[in-house]
Amino acid sequence: MALHGRSEFVAEPVARLIAELSRLPGIGPKTAARLTYHLLRMPEGHARSLAEAIMAVKEKIVLCSRCQNLSDTNPCSICQKPERDSRTVCVVEEPLDILALERTGKYGGMYHVLHGVLSPLEGIGPDDLKIGELLARLKDGGVEEIILATNPSLEGEATAMYLHRLLSPLGIRLTSLARGLPVGGDLEYADDVTLARALEGRREM
Amino acid sequence: MGRGAEPHVMAASRVYKTEAIVLKHLNSGEADRIVVLYTPNLGKLRALVRGARKPRSKLGGHVEPLVQCSLVVARGRNLDTVTQSQAVDSFASIRGSLWLTAQGLYLVELVDAFTADNMENYPLYKLLLDALRQLQKGKWSDVLLRRFELQLLGTVGYRPQLRQCLNCQRPVAPVENCFSASGGGVLCAECAHTEPVVQPISVDALKVLRLLQGSDYASAVRLCLSPGLSREVERLVQGNIRYLLERELRSTHFLDRLRREGAAVS
Repeated sequence: MALHGRSEFVAEPVARLIAELSRLPGIGPKTAARLTYHLLRMPEGHARSLAEAIMAVKEKIVLCSRCQNLSDTNPCSICQKPERDSRTVCVVEEPLDILALERTGKYGGMYHVLHGVLSPLEGIGPDDLKIGELLARLKDGGVEEIILATNPSLEGEATAMYLHRLLSPLGIRLTSLARGLPVGGDLEYADDVTLARALEGRREM
Repeated sequence: MGRGAEPHVMAASRVYKTEAIVLKHLNSGEADRIVVLYTPNLGKLRALVRGARKPRSKLGGHVEPLVQCSLVVARGRNLDTVTQSQAVDSFASIRGSLWLTAQGLYLVELVDAFTADNMENYPLYKLLLDALRQLQKGKWSDVLLRRFELQLLGTVGYRPQLRQCLNCQRPVAPVENCFSASGGGVLCAECAHTEPVVQPISVDALKVLRLLQGSDYASAVRLCLSPGLSREVERLVQGNIRYLLERELRSTHFLDRLRREGAAVS
């Protein structure tokens, strides 16, 4: 573990905390040092709170056995709600995508989190995602529509196409989110794939 | 050069323009991407695309993998940054097919694996661009893939020697000979022991390799191989590639899986 600079001038517990904080993404040694000294000056109660929150996340968060979302209960709060429409499942790449979709307030069905996306160049294949779990869940029946809501990137599209091939034989209606121009975007700068799809998906006003 | 005479050095401009094919992208920070580009005149480059992952990004859609684009890039101390991008050909038909996308990713992974940064190799760029155009038209096959692999090896300096024995230099006879991945070519039966990595190669397979090494698309496309011959040629060429790279290419796993699951569409 790389210690902060001149370690003979820094007390061991301080150096250790700086090293641990440096593990986090986007946090270099200088930021880690700043955070450490801030924590030292913070009231002990706050520091203890932070330490406990970190442990709670690791100990109490599990994957929902139905939708694979991060949750402190199993099944998660969304899967448990009786008013959610269990006939529709929206497949997303990551738990944060659920947050984004829920913020719209326009979706009342269930979710399924893949925890990643197919990326042949990085060696991420179908077995590395929660696809088996999706198939198992669909076997129980009751699902009438699957919305493929992966990102509109090459990998997201490839994942959607793979799932489409895999799930078509099940006879369930397969839909995907509309592709097109984002609000605030500029036609001039849009790429041709996006524009082509936006044209295809045009609607009556 | 006389004392005091110094060569006039042109300062590299802060901004440069280039055409490129995007080989891959990596996430960076919260919304940025680093793209790995293959260019006609500047070889392989890496550049940052700020905000590529945001929905309203003006650059993002134009620098997706497997896109041929025209870029304006600003030189940076560590990493260059893309300031303008315009897709020239998005190869939409490739992106609309799982199988073609997987094939396309294999091609760019090969180019990425065999090239070092900043080394110009226009023939390789042209080879890749032509291959993507063929894929886009849906006119692709295992034979064309072998042709790509063989000609790629040629452009990066690993052209297999297929007419004379690697050891004794005599022209090989039309009998079963040996192919050596370690030597990079064919060996006659008497010289087979001179290389550590050697496999038998049938007369037909050698003919196919020679043909593909020098052919254009038109002749390669007309080639029809029996499944056994096709497999032999695949084994030899991919074995050579694996030996040179000292590893498997990651995208081959996905291609194999798609084949097994019946998703391969020729």
